[in-house]
Amino acid sequence: MKLARLYGPKGWTALAIAAAVVFVALPVANRIVPEGSAFHVSAFGVTLAGKIMCYMIVAVAMDLVWGYAGILSLGHGLFFALGGYGMGMYLMRQIGRDGVYKSDLPDFMVFLDWKSLPWHWTNTDSFLWMLFLVVAAPGLLAFVFGFFAFRSRIKGVYFSIITQALTYAAMLLFFRNETGFGGNNGFTDFKRILDIPITTPQARIVLFMITGAVLIATLLLGRALVTSRFGRVLTAIRDAEARVMFCGYDTLWYKLFVWTLSAVLCGIAGALYVPQVGIINPGEMSPANSIEIAIWVAVGGRGTLVGPIVGAGLVNGAKSLFTVAFPEFWLYFLGLIFILVTLFLPQGVAGLVSRWKSRP
Amino acid sequence: MRAGWLAYCLAFALAWPAQAALDAAMVSKLATGDGDEKVAAITALVASGEPRVAAVLQALADGQMQVASGRVLLVKGEAAEDAVTGEKVSALPERREEVVANNRLRREIEAALSALMLFSPDRDSRLAAAKDLAGRSNDAMLPLVKRAQAAETDPVIRPILDMTAAGMALRGADKATRIAAIRMLGTSSDPASRMLLSPLAARNRDGSWTERDDEVRIAAQASLAAVEERLAWGSRASLLFSGVSLGSILLLAALGLAITYGLMGVINMAHGELIMIGAYATFVVQNLFRAHFPAAFDWYLLAAVPCAFAVSALVGMALERTVIRWLYGRPLETLLATWGLSLVLIQGVRTIFGAQNVQVENPAFMSGGAELIAGIVLPYNRIVIIGFAVAVLAGMGVLLARTRLGLFVRAVTQNRAMAACVGVRTARIDTWAFGLGSGIAGLAGCALSQIGNVGPELGQSYIVDSFMVVVLGGVGQLAGTVFAALGLGLLNKLLESWAGAVLAKIAILVFIILFIQKRPQGLFALKGRVVD
Repeated sequence: MKLARLYGPKGWTALAIAAAVVFVALPVANRIVPEGSAFHVSAFGVTLAGKIMCYMIVAVAMDLVWGYAGILSLGHGLFFALGGYGMGMYLMRQIGRDGVYKSDLPDFMVFLDWKSLPWHWTNTDSFLWMLFLVVAAPGLLAFVFGFFAFRSRIKGVYFSIITQALTYAAMLLFFRNETGFGGNNGFTDFKRILDIPITTPQARIVLFMITGAVLIATLLLGRALVTSRFGRVLTAIRDAEARVMFCGYDTLWYKLFVWTLSAVLCGIAGALYVPQVGIINPGEMSPANSIEIAIWVAVGGRGTLVGPIVGAGLVNGAKSLFTVAFPEFWLYFLGLIFILVTLFLPQGVAGLVSRWKSRP
Repeated sequence: MRAGWLAYCLAFALAWPAQAALDAAMVSKLATGDGDEKVAAITALVASGEPRVAAVLQALADGQMQVASGRVLLVKGEAAEDAVTGEKVSALPERREEVVANNRLRREIEAALSALMLFSPDRDSRLAAAKDLAGRSNDAMLPLVKRAQAAETDPVIRPILDMTAAGMALRGADKATRIAAIRMLGTSSDPASRMLLSPLAARNRDGSWTERDDEVRIAAQASLAAVEERLAWGSRASLLFSGVSLGSILLLAALGLAITYGLMGVINMAHGELIMIGAYATFVVQNLFRAHFPAAFDWYLLAAVPCAFAVSALVGMALERTVIRWLYGRPLETLLATWGLSLVLIQGVRTIFGAQNVQVENPAFMSGGAELIAGIVLPYNRIVIIGFAVAVLAGMGVLLARTRLGLFVRAVTQNRAMAACVGVRTARIDTWAFGLGSGIAGLAGCALSQIGNVGPELGQSYIVDSFMVVVLGGVGQLAGTVFAALGLGLLNKLLESWAGAVLAKIAILVFIILFIQKRPQGLFALKGRVVD
């Protein structure tokens, strides 16, 4: 089996340790270790870790397009939010008649005086349809948008700016009540998933473990992709697209595939994010959020897959720390990361590690 | 003002003693009749146009009207006069009854008094009275309006009175007068005349005409069409103006970007923050003027313009020297680093000035507006900004085409290595050019402070728009930026009038995305062969 060849023995060991932390150590620390103990992890800690792992999936997805194909997207927050909204619709339907207005319709629709579900809410009470939606909505949008963009060979900064405009436009659209996604407030107050109460500690730890599994699967998938022949062509496109075309490759489909895949991964991450955080609103689509994803990847090191995971962890860990301890300095800190990493650490943390390793 | 008006009325009364006596029957109805009779009496008295009416009505409103054995008196303290004749009454009768004005009556009196203002010597109160009267439709006022019409010479007030009189005559019985009134209304461009005319040209639910008389109806239809055409032109003109106004703002916001991105190839995500800094510089200058030269406050903008330019230019040059120059040729990294800069600048401004919006006032000559036709006002501040944008554009055109710095900037843009070979100090030119682009962003901020809120997030709302302008206009071309800014401004306002602001914005973004498919190089592409 090829799977075994993805990483060397050291790599597999590291992955196994990570898996042990996610599936054994943290659940045990949360559920079995008594609350007073120094090793106890609170429900808040589990949720925070789960949230950051969602971001890690996004970072890997971003790295696939930016690190390996050279496409810097400033609109990945949109795909993330679309996946989140797909899940959110299902969770809203799961509330059933337990909302404030005791209606079959979600509360915000009652509030807007709507009498029936709009067309795009058809089937949203089905779990399978939700799974389909989470994959299809971001995937389809990315495919169509990418097809037109790559076909007319928009690349580099142009592409970045247009993706930013795309997520900005979507944010404006979702802010409107008429769109049928709850406007400003988005979706919140979720009660159940698959008829199981969602806010219990058990549900949280299960969601956390699912997120961990998806993260590991994403990493392995990414690794398989970039070490394959396909990945080689992708890297070649990144470095000299014109030459690859002269060699007879149709670069459109290579870029389009990895772009769509990346969007789908973001959608899945968004779908895992929403039940853990308990809210989704159009703010997730703001251009600032999307550009932050790029900095996770840059901090970790582009084109390494593991690097972005570390980067997402570092930046978001720092964010949780800062916003609690000294909120007014967080933007200074984030801004300085942007500047210093691009100026002094173009390869990110991963570059730092490899430089340290290859020291004479 | 009312007291002065009363004094005037009294003087008026003295000037025409023969007219001083009022209709005694009406006055007694006013004092003793029931609610409806009182209202009718007010109308009749006002329509009579007698100058003493105002004093009588005012006395009623002030609770100074009393009735003593069938005689109506106006009692002020110890002095009293007869309401009908105005004669002084020396001996006050013992039994007097006060006339109480209820709220309905007070409203009627209010309206009547304002109608009487039509004869005030003060132009502004006449104008206010004429406008007030135009909004009401009390046919009994017609004689009053006619008299005012005859006396009025002011070019602004006269047409309003004409319209009001026509509107009232419309409901009369005399056919010739009605048709004349309809023709009269047909020459106006006031939305109110459409309201007056349209019932005459409408059909009932069963298909019959509401207006029986064919001649009147046909005249009304013709007049209505004329009025509607004029109104349509008016709204088109105002749409055009708001489009050009938005275009000029986009142009100001994007011009600086056209230099830094278009000419130098630097993606400056902190461009919006340079705009914001310009706006805050204007705010600081305004405060300095208010504190130290309050007399010259209206002219603070003259000082704010160079200050905004200088502050933003200095910040921009500092950014170029410390961060951006290390990233030339790496556009994606530049994008991220300048985004980081923008975050630091936003937070810096929050730390210094606070997170709340600050107040920047228009100087007196920029507030208010020019009224194009009724209801369509072109604000002066927007007109000034359009002029300012043109001036900045012209200045930049001259700078780039006619000066040594402009020559060097163009040389470095076209061929950096060659320019360096012939002795242009390219690094220094980069700094100057970046400073120029940033300074223009500062000017944009100065202009924006006059029409919108000034807050730390000011720049964020313009960055996407200004990039769209540059992308649409094509890189390296000022002409492209101008056309793109104006085109986007007009298109935006046009769509806004159909679909609302948010949908218009989305439609524009989708349009740009589609447009880039067709012409990836923008409207005006530099012709040349480039290999990457």
